[in-house]
Amino acid sequence: MKLMKTLMAATALMAVMAGGAYAKTLVFCSEGSPEGFDPAPYTAGTTFDAASRTVYSRLVEFEHGKTSLIPGLAESWEVSNDALEYTFKLRPGVKFQTTDFFTPTRELNADDVIFSFERQWKSDNPWFAYQEGISYEYFSGMSFPDLIKEIVRLDDMTVKFVLNRQDAAFLADLGMDFASIISREYADQLEAAGTMSDLNQKPVGTGPFTFVDYQQDAVIRYKAFEDFYGGKQPIDDLIFAITTDAAVRAQKLKAGECHIMPYPNPADIADLQADPNLVVGEQEGLNIGYLAYNTQMAPFDKVEVRKALNMAINKQAILDAVYQGAGAAAINPIPPTMWSYNTAIEDDAYDPEAARQMLADAGVENLSMKVWAMPVSRPYNPNAQRMAEVLQADFAAAGVTVEIVTMEWAEYLSQSKAVDRDGAVLLGWTGDNGDPDNFLGVLLGCDAVGGNNRAQWCNEEFEKLIQDARITADQAERTALYEQAQVIFKEQAPWATIAHSKVFMPMRKEVSGYVMDPLGIHRFDGVDIAE
Amino acid sequence: MTEIASPVPPKTGNLRWAALREFWRYFSVNKGAVIGLWVFVVTVLIAIFAPVLAPHSAEQVFSKSILVPPVWQQGGSSMFILGTDAVGRDILSRLIHGARFSLAIGLVVVTIAMISGVTLGVIAGYFRGWVDAAIMRVMDIILAFPSLLLALVLVSILGKGLFNAMLAIALVLQPHFARLARAAVMSEKTREYVTSAKVAGAGHIRLMLVTILPNCLGPLIVQATLSFSNAILEAAALGFLGLGAQPPTPEWGTMLSGARDLITRAWWVVTMPGLAILVTVLAINLVGDGLRDALDPKLKRS
Amino acid sequence: MLRYILHRLALIVPTFIGITLVAFGLVRLLGSDPVALLAGERVMSPERHALLSEQFGFNRPIWEQYLDFVLSALQGDFGISIRTKTAVLDQFLTLFPATVELALFAMLFAILIGIPAGIFAAVKRGSWFDQVTMGAALVGYSMPIFWWGLLLIIVVSGMLGWTPVSGRIGLQFFFRPITGFMTIDSLIHGNWPAFVSALRHLILPSIVLGTIPLAIIARQTRSAMLEVLGEDYVRTARSKGLSPRRVIGIHAFRNALIPVITTIGLQVGMLMAGAILTETIFSWPGIGKWMIEAIGRRDYATVQGGLLIVALVVMVVNLFVDVLYALVNPRIRVQ
Repeated sequence: MKLMKTLMAATALMAVMAGGAYAKTLVFCSEGSPEGFDPAPYTAGTTFDAASRTVYSRLVEFEHGKTSLIPGLAESWEVSNDALEYTFKLRPGVKFQTTDFFTPTRELNADDVIFSFERQWKSDNPWFAYQEGISYEYFSGMSFPDLIKEIVRLDDMTVKFVLNRQDAAFLADLGMDFASIISREYADQLEAAGTMSDLNQKPVGTGPFTFVDYQQDAVIRYKAFEDFYGGKQPIDDLIFAITTDAAVRAQKLKAGECHIMPYPNPADIADLQADPNLVVGEQEGLNIGYLAYNTQMAPFDKVEVRKALNMAINKQAILDAVYQGAGAAAINPIPPTMWSYNTAIEDDAYDPEAARQMLADAGVENLSMKVWAMPVSRPYNPNAQRMAEVLQADFAAAGVTVEIVTMEWAEYLSQSKAVDRDGAVLLGWTGDNGDPDNFLGVLLGCDAVGGNNRAQWCNEEFEKLIQDARITADQAERTALYEQAQVIFKEQAPWATIAHSKVFMPMRKEVSGYVMDPLGIHRFDGVDIAE
Repeated sequence: MTEIASPVPPKTGNLRWAALREFWRYFSVNKGAVIGLWVFVVTVLIAIFAPVLAPHSAEQVFSKSILVPPVWQQGGSSMFILGTDAVGRDILSRLIHGARFSLAIGLVVVTIAMISGVTLGVIAGYFRGWVDAAIMRVMDIILAFPSLLLALVLVSILGKGLFNAMLAIALVLQPHFARLARAAVMSEKTREYVTSAKVAGAGHIRLMLVTILPNCLGPLIVQATLSFSNAILEAAALGFLGLGAQPPTPEWGTMLSGARDLITRAWWVVTMPGLAILVTVLAINLVGDGLRDALDPKLKRS
Repeated sequence: MLRYILHRLALIVPTFIGITLVAFGLVRLLGSDPVALLAGERVMSPERHALLSEQFGFNRPIWEQYLDFVLSALQGDFGISIRTKTAVLDQFLTLFPATVELALFAMLFAILIGIPAGIFAAVKRGSWFDQVTMGAALVGYSMPIFWWGLLLIIVVSGMLGWTPVSGRIGLQFFFRPITGFMTIDSLIHGNWPAFVSALRHLILPSIVLGTIPLAIIARQTRSAMLEVLGEDYVRTARSKGLSPRRVIGIHAFRNALIPVITTIGLQVGMLMAGAILTETIFSWPGIGKWMIEAIGRRDYATVQGGLLIVALVVMVVNLFVDVLYALVNPRIRVQ
């Protein structure tokens, strides 16, 4: 009997598929399987591509291809003068997706918004731990539990967030994946049916695509959501063909088995660029790989010493050896795709002789130091070991002996935080929300010393600038403050800024409208394919 | 101890020579085995004289000659007979140097696996009882995991790298030696010469090592040959998966791992290291077949 | 017979304990602090760290964690993936059919070619056919299969375009899984083109995974046949004037089959090891690829549970083969 049912359902499905024989289908060869389809508990970009950017939408959205914010499910918003209250006016008439497992009876309202946040916030909410082992990494990572004082429902279509303290990046945080808006009605239905974990397997949202099916580690299927508030997408079906091997992805792309692929092998890029059927998009990623000195330990407490070492680094050699062309030399601590990036700043010239002289002038001779190299490959630093070796050679040319230190990743992360750490540490950061504070404040602020501030660097002038920027709502004013902060950073040189890795997106010629995103997410709204 | 008259007829130089000649007679009947032996000897010579034979150093980068095809193909250069890889290193030189790694891997892995496996197996077979049960249970447990999977997990724990990969493979291969040694010891133990040695007052260690073990050597040698080729294959697989030897080490499997991206563009980068593995492993297996035929008395007369 | 089976069953207990110890112990050795790894570059407050450690049970005494692991496993709970938060057993069960389907086709390929080749080689012993077949078998046995897979993709998929590059079935075919076997599901749905597509996707991976078993089976069949052909009853049958086909087909082959069946059974563990490489090369969504990714991501719970399940599967299959072997071959029982 059950088999018969499945059969009938499947036949019906096949009929639907056959009916759409002329449907435009875009195939994305994705790099891995999503952790789940509820974006809130996870941190991986792969999950966000598959869950939040397709199925869900948020109160505010990042402008396609930029880090600036535009209205999303919130039509407009107001910020109180003390910057502690944010009042959002919801967009009227926003529909949730209808699927074979859920039919919505009402449109989006304030309940959905409040529910989406409270379930991650209040431990007495039944959805707080709806699946064993679940936890809300980003919600707590962005310190929302302390930041939010209360969320108030003013009326059906108006919601007010009250904060405990000012935070200029708050709006940008609401554009992040964990802030995706979930249907309260759907959640209630699941709760009543006792199938709460379905929220993580069968998502329903207000986004541009409706979830259809997921075959574990193989294929995810979506169809365009007819009633999407931004209008129906030009393509009809979207398929993620999960292909973990980059070489296989490239082959499938060339064979026409998919239209777009992320993360090609650096070695493949020239070949892909040469293929007349393909176009390869390219952009700096929203990340930075750096070498953080311990500015509280002699002799690295002297600016001249840090500057001298920075001048001894041959960045081009690192780009060639470590990034193999898929990187750009970093000048500032934020990537060039981010707003407020200061283009006027110039990098320290590579000059080992001058570096040697500067060290001698600073009274430092026969310096020997440790350089910590991460044991893992990260987007901002594909091979820290090799990078450390290049640095070792570079510093040797300036008369500095380097001992390379490494340890297991969890140890590395925790021990590199110590204020009395011996040595300079290789590390990096990938941005979350495109706000400069997410780099400058999080990584270089005084309150991050002993934590994310691996340089243990606390500079009064710099701190004042980023604190001011945090409580300024006007973006032009904030830009000026951050530009000045970057000048001070470059003068003080708590880090050697090494590189921003480059992101490549090979796609077939018939694809149009794909915009590379500085946040590193892959979005398919607005994408079309020529017949 | 040396005063005790050995019940086994003393092997004089002459007799040993004769035994070797008899072995060679059986071995050389198998033409494949002789060819395999020659190929193997040549590989060993290549490995020994690698620095002399290789036209370039294994890690020297010719940055202007990236992905040069082999000499016989258009665009090839006589400077790089088998072409260059994606970084501009001479493939022939890397293959020649790689022979050292593959042979070293086989040698080290077999040595470790054989010493530990045979020791455990002999102890188990000699003492029987709970010692036997405990040892053989551990071996069963190791065999219950797919070898490559276990090696993968072990390497993740020990850290990437050639030496750790070798340790992991040795651990995975050693139960075979233990089982074989145990079975051989158990069947030899009841033989007359062992009993008389015992009566003559030989100690446990002497009985195990001097009296019994040499008589079980045949199957162990065959197993060692098989393990030798297995070790090369598994190390190459680990290298291919990125967990074995790390680049720029010219280990053949690692060379393949780096070359995967190039399969459509530069066939030689992919083909050559694989061929090198195949030829070496095939030669060793041919020798192994010949050894089995020559050493196994059962098959000898069939 | 019963005693032998009971004895064999009793051995499972210590092996099971050993397997759980290995899976548990290895995973504890993988890294120091799984919770810190979860946070990555982002700093986690000590309170949150403590909370998560408690949630995952990492702060309890080690023996308690082990006991919990074993007791849950006995009840069919193999833990929850740290990455996806789904049950390890569920993941295994969804992916296992893909591996089994691939392994079955690989074995089919190996048996259909290996057994006839072995028989002919034995019957025509010393002929050119024998020499070529056995030479080829040894080449197959010595093959680094990951390389073999790459070569086949370049030539068959890349240059000739005969088979797809990767995956289990064409993307245009979509139906809800019933058995999890693409070939069977497509037939149940009566979707002929989908069935053809599934078969086309299976060709190369099956050949790659089946190559070594093929070589082993061919060699084993040949030597088993040679042994049987030399025995008295076959000679008698021959001298009685039975046709050679009858002699080979009925008398010799049936008796030669026993060791061959054992060989086939013993390939299961090897197939799992081979599946790791084959599935990686062909992006085949099965157990091998799943495990290798879990190891790469240091998903402790998945590695631990997965290792245990895989070892249990191999153990059960080996037990089955042993008992089957004892049933057809009474001599073994005495040992």
